[in-house]
Amino acid sequence: MSTEVKVTLTVNGERVSRRVEARRHLVDFLRLDLGLLGTHAGCEHGSCGACTVRIDGAIARGCLVLAASLDGAKVETIEGLSDTNEIRDLQEAFIARNACQCGYCTPGMLMTSAELLREAAVTRVAPSREAIREHISGNYCRCTGYQAIVDAVETVAKARAGQA
Amino acid sequence: MTVIKQPAKGVIDPGSVDRPNSYIGRSIPRPNAKKLVEGRGQFVDDIVLPRMVHVAFVRSQHAHATIKGFDAAAAQKMPGVLRVFTGADLAPHCDPWVAVLAHLKGMKSAPQYPLPLERSTWMGEAMAAVVAETRAQAEDAAELVGVMHEPLTAVADMETALDPDTPVIHGDLGDNLVFQRVNESGNIADAFRSAHRIVEATFHTGRHTGVTLEPRSILAEFNKGDGTLTVHHATQAPHMMQEVFAQHLKLPLSAVRVICRDIGGSYGIKVHVYPDEMAVATIAKLMGRPVKFIADRLESFASDIHARDHRIKGRMAIDADGHITAFDIDDLTGIGPYSVYPRTSAVEGNQVVNLIGGPYDFVNYRAKTTVVLQNKTPTCQYRAVGHPIATTVTEGLVDLGAEAMGLDPIAFRLKNLMRDGTYPRTSPAGMRFEGLSHIQSLGKLVEMIDYPALRSEQEQLRASGIHRGIGFASFIELTNPSPFMYGIGGARIAAQDGCTVRIDPDGSVVAATGVTEQGQGTEAIIRQIVAEAVGVPIDTVRVITGDTLTTPYGGGTWACRGAGIGGEAALQAGLATKEAALKVAGSMLQAAPESLDLVLGQIVDKATGAVRLALAELGRIVYFRGDTLPSDLPRELMQTRHFITKQFPFAFTNGVQASHLEVDVETGVVKLIKHWCVEDCGRIINPMLVDEQVRGGIVQGIGGALYEHCTYTPEGQLTVGSMADYLVPMAAEMPDIEVGHVETPTAESLLGAKGAGEAGTAGAPAAIMNAINDALSPFRAKVFAQPFTPERILAALGKVPARER
Repeated sequence: MSTEVKVTLTVNGERVSRRVEARRHLVDFLRLDLGLLGTHAGCEHGSCGACTVRIDGAIARGCLVLAASLDGAKVETIEGLSDTNEIRDLQEAFIARNACQCGYCTPGMLMTSAELLREAAVTRVAPSREAIREHISGNYCRCTGYQAIVDAVETVAKARAGQA
Repeated sequence: MTVIKQPAKGVIDPGSVDRPNSYIGRSIPRPNAKKLVEGRGQFVDDIVLPRMVHVAFVRSQHAHATIKGFDAAAAQKMPGVLRVFTGADLAPHCDPWVAVLAHLKGMKSAPQYPLPLERSTWMGEAMAAVVAETRAQAEDAAELVGVMHEPLTAVADMETALDPDTPVIHGDLGDNLVFQRVNESGNIADAFRSAHRIVEATFHTGRHTGVTLEPRSILAEFNKGDGTLTVHHATQAPHMMQEVFAQHLKLPLSAVRVICRDIGGSYGIKVHVYPDEMAVATIAKLMGRPVKFIADRLESFASDIHARDHRIKGRMAIDADGHITAFDIDDLTGIGPYSVYPRTSAVEGNQVVNLIGGPYDFVNYRAKTTVVLQNKTPTCQYRAVGHPIATTVTEGLVDLGAEAMGLDPIAFRLKNLMRDGTYPRTSPAGMRFEGLSHIQSLGKLVEMIDYPALRSEQEQLRASGIHRGIGFASFIELTNPSPFMYGIGGARIAAQDGCTVRIDPDGSVVAATGVTEQGQGTEAIIRQIVAEAVGVPIDTVRVITGDTLTTPYGGGTWACRGAGIGGEAALQAGLATKEAALKVAGSMLQAAPESLDLVLGQIVDKATGAVRLALAELGRIVYFRGDTLPSDLPRELMQTRHFITKQFPFAFTNGVQASHLEVDVETGVVKLIKHWCVEDCGRIINPMLVDEQVRGGIVQGIGGALYEHCTYTPEGQLTVGSMADYLVPMAAEMPDIEVGHVETPTAESLLGAKGAGEAGTAGAPAAIMNAINDALSPFRAKVFAQPFTPERILAALGKVPARER
């Protein structure tokens, strides 16, 4: 269990090298090794979506990926997306619509929603409420009942489609 | 005679668009949301302290077993392991507790320790604690701790818990009965003898749990130098926990500080004393190092409190005019092996017998609750304590009554609901109502749903084999609790709350409150109230919550008390601070303080609105040039006020919900189409936050109604261990929810606010049940056991055999 693996990867645009235990999950790597605390562990079974991050541009569960497998990968977390302002409109919509209550699911929820919005940008079709609900259906939120989140994502999707 | 008074105009002006400083009544976003959407909050697990160590617990695999001993030799040798503690190691340093309340007459429970001494009494109970440098090391070592366990017969079925041949879980108690109460008024026997119709059913509300996404979390630190214990804790009630840590770890109250930064959801789960958390605090005191414990998801399912494991037999009598004349209720609940400290596990059953029939005008009442021990995870108060159970039983019987009388469910409710304008009054169950709006709320709901259109669509679709249902649930909700809830029973849980408001030299304002934030928006509403009360721009107000050292002594957040109790304390403290500032301003401006006002951080002439002085200038003078003010002038720009309700034990709210859904009669799957709620929480401080509390609460209620169930084998083995086994509501299955309001402010406070956090959960399961049964009505099939799974619906339809619950 103490087998260590050296990995070098890019996290939020910065190159990091660490020796990690082979069993270290990405979410623990981010939190414990890099101090990136915005990614939360909720179930550690891949069910709740709280630990959702981006790996090489696609969203993934941070609790189902081993850090040791990420040599050369590009990882983005909520801190990175906040600093680049990539999802500023979505974050502002979450605030305005109270789509975030306790905030524990929120980073993962934003990651997942941002992916849908990026897909919509390609197809140039704003997703329906049903499509939004379906897309975030792997992200558990106990506080909101989801409607405010759907509203916020829908607002941004429409706004972005209008700008396109 | 209590009069519902409107707050005097000019003191607060809810929702006014004419007054620039009016924030109460407006949908203003939360000040703490930005850091959360950027992932820059601070939850307990985000805090790292020097020399911090981690705990992993060895948990019982058996529902009931004698502990013969432990073999920790192999674990001790594992890398990073520092100590292994058992119950015997901790008992001398942490006094046990017995969770009873004096006003729940005859209630009994057994002493509970941080880790058990002789027996484990539920599967998942923490038995030993391994302390290591990392959580992973602690978990590795915990697996190697040998437990010499001798299994005992488990008491799993609450129905047989009191049978003579069932083992008694705690021999010293004599039996497995925790509490029994009969709440009775009027003459039940006569009412049922003379009834025109009697309806009856047996209801089951499935045992479920809160599933806070942030698991239970605690980081305790003891400074051996000054003898202080600092606990970073995901708790709703920091002052209550301060009392508990001080009392049981034998420390002065002043030596204990409990800090709550961001908390990832609570819903009642994080308002209890958990033995494993007491173990962590005890270990921190013994080791003199910061000790962290974050429950994993399996531990959460097995050791977070469960709730709502009730079987209720109910009967209702109706006279020939279609008026309800009586309810007769027999409630049974199994609470696990211990009553949970300090709120006790008898309160849920007690609420059930207090709340059944609550919205209706009738005379004769008998409700008995029987609370028994069993070898399952302990149960305790969870969002809307007892309400979803009472509402399910009441509204289920009401729908049966409507059917028996051949009346539409709306018509039957309108006939039987308590009339508006007939308050104050006391219910047959002894609950005192200051002012409710059942009729107006139902009227508003019927408008919102377009009832005739829904019924005609239902009729048409039935012809094509599509079975939709419409279900209703009127409800009451207990909020703003007085000491009648816990204090009179001897629990050191504050019903009063306080707020300190301070003007700083730059004219900005800091408000410290005893009510706490777990995502509801507590800090948002306190900020709105204080900004309006003092008269400053909202962006200049900062709110502090969740720290026993820096906030006024208060109760925290539970039973919907944040807005009504904490909000009123904030309003009064804000008004007092404004008055103090105007006193100084009067002196500086040579004007009568009464002729001045404070608006948006400016001292203005009240009559003309002319700006006379900036609050920042007043602050500069008071703090840095006090020499220029008259020597006898008070300059107290910090004021504290406390609030407690005095006239009514609780401020009841009311509301009504409707569910529209479709049942696939081939698969038994329920598809939710839409949900509505009209609720009356009195004065609304922030409409958006209230609506989102209602929506979140409804979805939590839907979870219990359709999906969530802590299932056990007959041997007491918990069979839900992950979120793949225990289903929670996810976005794709949830409907849009429309929320409407009626506002009947409480006259107990100037603010007039009552609670809104639990109304959604209180009514949703009943509305769902009634909608399913409405959809199934062509088949004369009905379901009464939650969760209403496809299997149970198919069993009701006679398409699959019914299984034992």
